[in-house]
Amino acid sequence: MSNATFRTCPESGLQFHKPAELLMRAHAVVAVVILLIGGIAALLVTLTRWPAIHLLPADRFYQLLTTHGVNMLIFWIISFEIAVLYFCSSTLLRCRLATPKIAWLGFTLMLVGIIVNNAAVASGTASVMMTSYVPMPANPNFYLGLILFAVGALIGCFVFLGTLVIAKDEKTYEGSIPLVTFGALTACIIAVFTIASGAIVLIPTWLWSLGYVNHIDAAMYRIVWWALGHSSQQINVAAHVAVWYAIAAIVFGARPLSEKVSRVAFFLYIAFLQLASAHHLLVDPGLSAEWKIFNTSYAMYLAVLASMVHGLTVPGSIEVAQRAKGLTNGLFEWLRKAPWSNPIFSGMFISLVGFGFIGGISGVVMGTEQINIIIHNTIYVPGHFHATVVIGTTLAFMSLTYFLIPVLFRKQVAFAGLAKWQPYLFGIGMSVFTLAMMGAGTLGVERRHWDMAFTNSALGFEYPASAFTLMGIMGISGVVAILGGAIFILVTVVSVFFGKSVESESSYGIATTRLSRADPVLVPDGGHEAAGKWGFAAPGTFVLALFFLMIFVLYYAVNWKYLASVWPMS
Amino acid sequence: MSAIQPPAATVWWKQPLDKVEGTWIGIALVWSLIMFFMMPFWHVYGKQNLSSEAYKTTPQAYMAKTQAMVDQYTVRTETAAQLPVVRPPPGSDVYLLGRLWQWYPLLELEKGQTYRLHISSMDWQHGFSLQPVNINTQILPGYEMVLTITPDTSGEQTIICNEFCGIGHHNMLGKIYVTEGGR
Repeated sequence: MSNATFRTCPESGLQFHKPAELLMRAHAVVAVVILLIGGIAALLVTLTRWPAIHLLPADRFYQLLTTHGVNMLIFWIISFEIAVLYFCSSTLLRCRLATPKIAWLGFTLMLVGIIVNNAAVASGTASVMMTSYVPMPANPNFYLGLILFAVGALIGCFVFLGTLVIAKDEKTYEGSIPLVTFGALTACIIAVFTIASGAIVLIPTWLWSLGYVNHIDAAMYRIVWWALGHSSQQINVAAHVAVWYAIAAIVFGARPLSEKVSRVAFFLYIAFLQLASAHHLLVDPGLSAEWKIFNTSYAMYLAVLASMVHGLTVPGSIEVAQRAKGLTNGLFEWLRKAPWSNPIFSGMFISLVGFGFIGGISGVVMGTEQINIIIHNTIYVPGHFHATVVIGTTLAFMSLTYFLIPVLFRKQVAFAGLAKWQPYLFGIGMSVFTLAMMGAGTLGVERRHWDMAFTNSALGFEYPASAFTLMGIMGISGVVAILGGAIFILVTVVSVFFGKSVESESSYGIATTRLSRADPVLVPDGGHEAAGKWGFAAPGTFVLALFFLMIFVLYYAVNWKYLASVWPMS
Repeated sequence: MSAIQPPAATVWWKQPLDKVEGTWIGIALVWSLIMFFMMPFWHVYGKQNLSSEAYKTTPQAYMAKTQAMVDQYTVRTETAAQLPVVRPPPGSDVYLLGRLWQWYPLLELEKGQTYRLHISSMDWQHGFSLQPVNINTQILPGYEMVLTITPDTSGEQTIICNEFCGIGHHNMLGKIYVTEGGR
């Protein structure tokens, strides 16, 4: 391998393989364009569900909700994830990317798939929502676009795996792969499972839409589709947890508290996370209680345990790193004096807190077999997954992008002052948005529904006034969050396409200390515990974790109590 | 080494657990097990459990059963479309169907009595969402779900479709009227 195909970033010390770098840029750019399309749809959908505005007519609303769902949940996130996979393999392992030409084939298939699917939805003949539940038919190109995209993404996964093989073979690193690469490998393994399930369900459905298959069973479709639909969100979980670890390392030089614990937690994801497809089937006809309980609990909540472990070890490793730098006063000096004006850190931390407190707790509660009866298909459900996918995944990816703009794209971050506020606007706006949706869902407001006032129905129904108020709050906070999203796109697009090139770290345009080359923290004398309290290396994080658990237990109990108030049934 | 570099020790799996991690894993594991056992516990001691009783059916067969019930127990009609309101006897099998974009028929049940409520779809997937009591289930074509329910509040309950089923989805409502017992 000639050195000419590599570039070493002088500030971060990261080494980029040029073909890999071009691919990462291409995938990231497509991802951000998709985010823009999905974001415009988000604005119009939000303004329609905000009862006082009720902007779009019904057909446009359902069409744009389909556009929003498919672009955000599938195209934006998986496109960005392929860039993350290439970064975590080629860049972090200082290795050439396997088969760049085949990787470009994957990229092309993904792009064509995105265009074909979006064209089908834009034609108005595929307003079937992301889930496209049979037997409601869509334009065949809707399924075809998804299939092409999935095949392209699968190629990306195998290029990643091939790169790991090359790195091992060419001995570009010693010992084990880095934890972040391990997390990316977890995401990749889940992605292969997910995409295979997608092929199993979507190829027959495509043939059905063309008339070659005459019947697709609705129950079977749901079981297999959710192995795609839910598992694709589990790719995100693994990927954004890997991004959290990466940012803790980049900004603080944090090292994992223990490699063993963090890696076992990732392994639990591989083993159990996909069982959560059952969350969507808890009130479906014909599935046994035993099947539901085992699967919805990811086999006794072992995947939840894994997330609770990451939720401790990521901030815990930051706390240890900060304490080692002398921020040892009290329980929270390390957190108070964290670089809150650095969007790489603030975005990542809001992502972690929002994902855990809002997305995590609500997900486990509504995924409880019986409690699902009072939540299924209400607007509580999108409330939950906007907390996991938007605050969790999207915000984590945005944070990483602020690092990648100077390091990968070699451009200054434009509008750095705005960028500083962006994670707060987006994260807090989105938090209020999700909580309002959950509140409205608890009052029975439905998801995917154009008119909560039922004005054209012969029978009619009135929700309590508080439900309308909550949907109004959802509208306002949704617009705030979308503004935060718009700032992200503005900053990214202007930086990448019109920005000044960077010469050195001082010209990154982002006010951070130790942006990218934080040195790994050394273990202080007497071990990590010496800088902590009670023999704990990270006492502040432990107290925060107990606070989290308290909220979790209370909210769980409240929902059982609510369930006990509905009609007895068996 | 930091998380973006290979671990410093080649044999990283022998590194002992930090106390903060070990303690938290123990607490989190106990909580996970409590949540797990709560579900079977509720099946034994709780009153709100979804039955797994369901049958494969066809729209024609299900429509015939529903129509037979409507013909036998209709007590009045409502709305301009003359939708039948059916008052089946307590303890009986009650048939409800969802179709684009209507729940058929309207039902009148007695508070405190138990009914076997069958639900199926004639066409696409629908969502049965009973409000304001807030009971939600998924309704599939080709499958007949049976819920054994005991209304314990009287008054008007509305069935809202909460699975997207096309352009008339938001107008797809039905009613279950619950009357005081002994009337």
